[in-house]
Amino acid sequence: MPTERIPEIGSTVTIQKPAFNSILSRLKEDGYLPIGPRLKDEALVYAPIDKIEDLPQGVSTVQKPGYYRLTRGKHMRYFDIIPGAHSWKQFLFPSRAELFKLQKNGREWERLPEKEEPVNYAFIGVRACELAAIQIQDNIFMRSDFTDPIYQAHRKRVFIVSVNCTHPSETCFCTSMGTGPRVKDSYDLDLTELDDVFVLTIGSELGKRLMTGIPFEDASGYIRTNVEHKLEHAEQQMRRKLDTTDLPELILNHLDHPYWNEIGKRCLSCANCTQVCPTCFCWDTVDEISLDGQTTGRARVWDSCFNPGYSYQAGGNTRPTIYSRYRQWMSHKLGTWKQQYGTLGCVGCGRCITWCPAEIDITEEVAALRNEVER
Amino acid sequence: MIDSPEKILVPQSELLLSPHWAEVMDITPEAEGISTYWLRFTDPVEQETFRFEPGQFNMVYLPGFGESAISISSDPNDHEKLGHTIRFVGNVTRAVSRLKVGDIVGLRGPFGTYWPMREMEGKDVFISCGGIGLPPLRPAIYHIIRNREKYGKVTLLYGSRTSSDLMFPKEYESWRNANIDVEVTVDRGDANWNGRVGVVPMWFYQFRIDPRKTAVLTCGPEIMIRFVIYEAMARRVPVESIYVSLERNMKCGQGSCGHCQMGPYFICKDGPVFRFDELQSFFNVEEF
Repeated sequence: MPTERIPEIGSTVTIQKPAFNSILSRLKEDGYLPIGPRLKDEALVYAPIDKIEDLPQGVSTVQKPGYYRLTRGKHMRYFDIIPGAHSWKQFLFPSRAELFKLQKNGREWERLPEKEEPVNYAFIGVRACELAAIQIQDNIFMRSDFTDPIYQAHRKRVFIVSVNCTHPSETCFCTSMGTGPRVKDSYDLDLTELDDVFVLTIGSELGKRLMTGIPFEDASGYIRTNVEHKLEHAEQQMRRKLDTTDLPELILNHLDHPYWNEIGKRCLSCANCTQVCPTCFCWDTVDEISLDGQTTGRARVWDSCFNPGYSYQAGGNTRPTIYSRYRQWMSHKLGTWKQQYGTLGCVGCGRCITWCPAEIDITEEVAALRNEVER
Repeated sequence: MIDSPEKILVPQSELLLSPHWAEVMDITPEAEGISTYWLRFTDPVEQETFRFEPGQFNMVYLPGFGESAISISSDPNDHEKLGHTIRFVGNVTRAVSRLKVGDIVGLRGPFGTYWPMREMEGKDVFISCGGIGLPPLRPAIYHIIRNREKYGKVTLLYGSRTSSDLMFPKEYESWRNANIDVEVTVDRGDANWNGRVGVVPMWFYQFRIDPRKTAVLTCGPEIMIRFVIYEAMARRVPVESIYVSLERNMKCGQGSCGHCQMGPYFICKDGPVFRFDELQSFFNVEEF
């Protein structure tokens, strides 16, 4: 009987779609908070889910520079929708996190006990590019010489169901960055959605344990070939490209090129790109004090290199102009990031393109800079 | 610590969250809008074990106001107290200006790289700084005085806007007595001043530097740093012998928050002290 077997780590099986609810309820029994794609205000967000019916079945998106719309009725799949502005970053690196609270006691300040407990998140539906982004942020927040306690507390608990992308959007370019659309590793369960079944690959002991008692079948040759074809098709569909040849050098050797000014004229410095970016990690501190002056707290909040205060210090702003802020952003993502962390800071998810109100497209800007430089 | 390098405190992740409390023991007014705050950790063990290298900084925290990156300006061998020379210029430092002896502040640190005291042994040292750029170099001067025989010719070329803006003028005599050539200049002369007038880089040429065996240390306004470097390079001092301390907006001190980035560096972690060849390729890129 198939139900008495448990699939081994590394094996690929199929389950009926309603059986996914058993995985979700088992995760909840184990103390996890499942987070998955949901619709809110005509956009895809990542929010708590209870059951597969919470997912946006049959919904897709049309994404173009500065353009995002939902479309419905072209299929009946749950996971066949490219993410919106949300990324998983908000859970591991919350947009606001309390660092400490203090209470005045005479002339001294006493630290109040923490009340925020780390949450055991189960991420349901992490794309290959998003998984790469999480790994990039691991390098940032869990360095050998510095570990961020807030990030680490969430990260080490997280359970990941990854999803292979079969229909990338127009702004996607993960093939150029080598991150997708195929999930490679670092998941607990990896899912590919076909019209009738979910194809699951077991990636960890925990993933294996969750499959206990769930009816499955070993994935047939036909199913495996079908998945392969879909992923190859997805790769071919991705027309947007970013030429990464000598990319750090192209940018860092031309920091004073007049082309940066051209981008600066279009960029609004609104910081959208950094807020939707799954790898952007800059944060600021906020100090708040009660009106009676007796309690105070310090929180950290997302910041952006596009904010005027970002590089402000006594004596002025290091980057007073918009072109210099855009150059900072792009030269970091595609240049100095490599020196800092060994990889580029871009995974090709296309969010910065979709959510730019000025329709600035990082792939086009790199191509244009390359063109200008080589002219 | 200079005399026991293996004991350098590596900032722990925990420091991200926790200020360590210190009491204001004394306040020394230095100039209009600038004072030195002498701090001592409330925890005696912490005070006893805290070590820093010349050029490193602390994050000074005022509950409710925030933190500011302030270099340590006191003698690294003085384990009784820590000096922070602070200009009242922003939200936090203006609140600092209202502190009184006995008040409590938070400290995190020490952070950052430091002046190459050991690498400079056997060499001449040319310190060229301006304004509030002297306090981060004062621990280095104290170290040189304590180990004077290990260094060759030592020169301090220091400038400020006016004579009343000079930092630590009362100490120059003792520095000179320790065989340091202290040369002071002001941007604008006045009735109280009969010394040099003119910006620091302008006087640089007057000093006979042996480029083969001189290390140049500089800190101050970025425009001054820029021209000190030009002058040093014009004297054929190799870029590997020029050391610069930079200032940027710093929030975390651990190369995490991103604010202080300059090219591949987080100034708080990879700096503030750099050997100039590390910076050279983008130091002159505007607004980078």
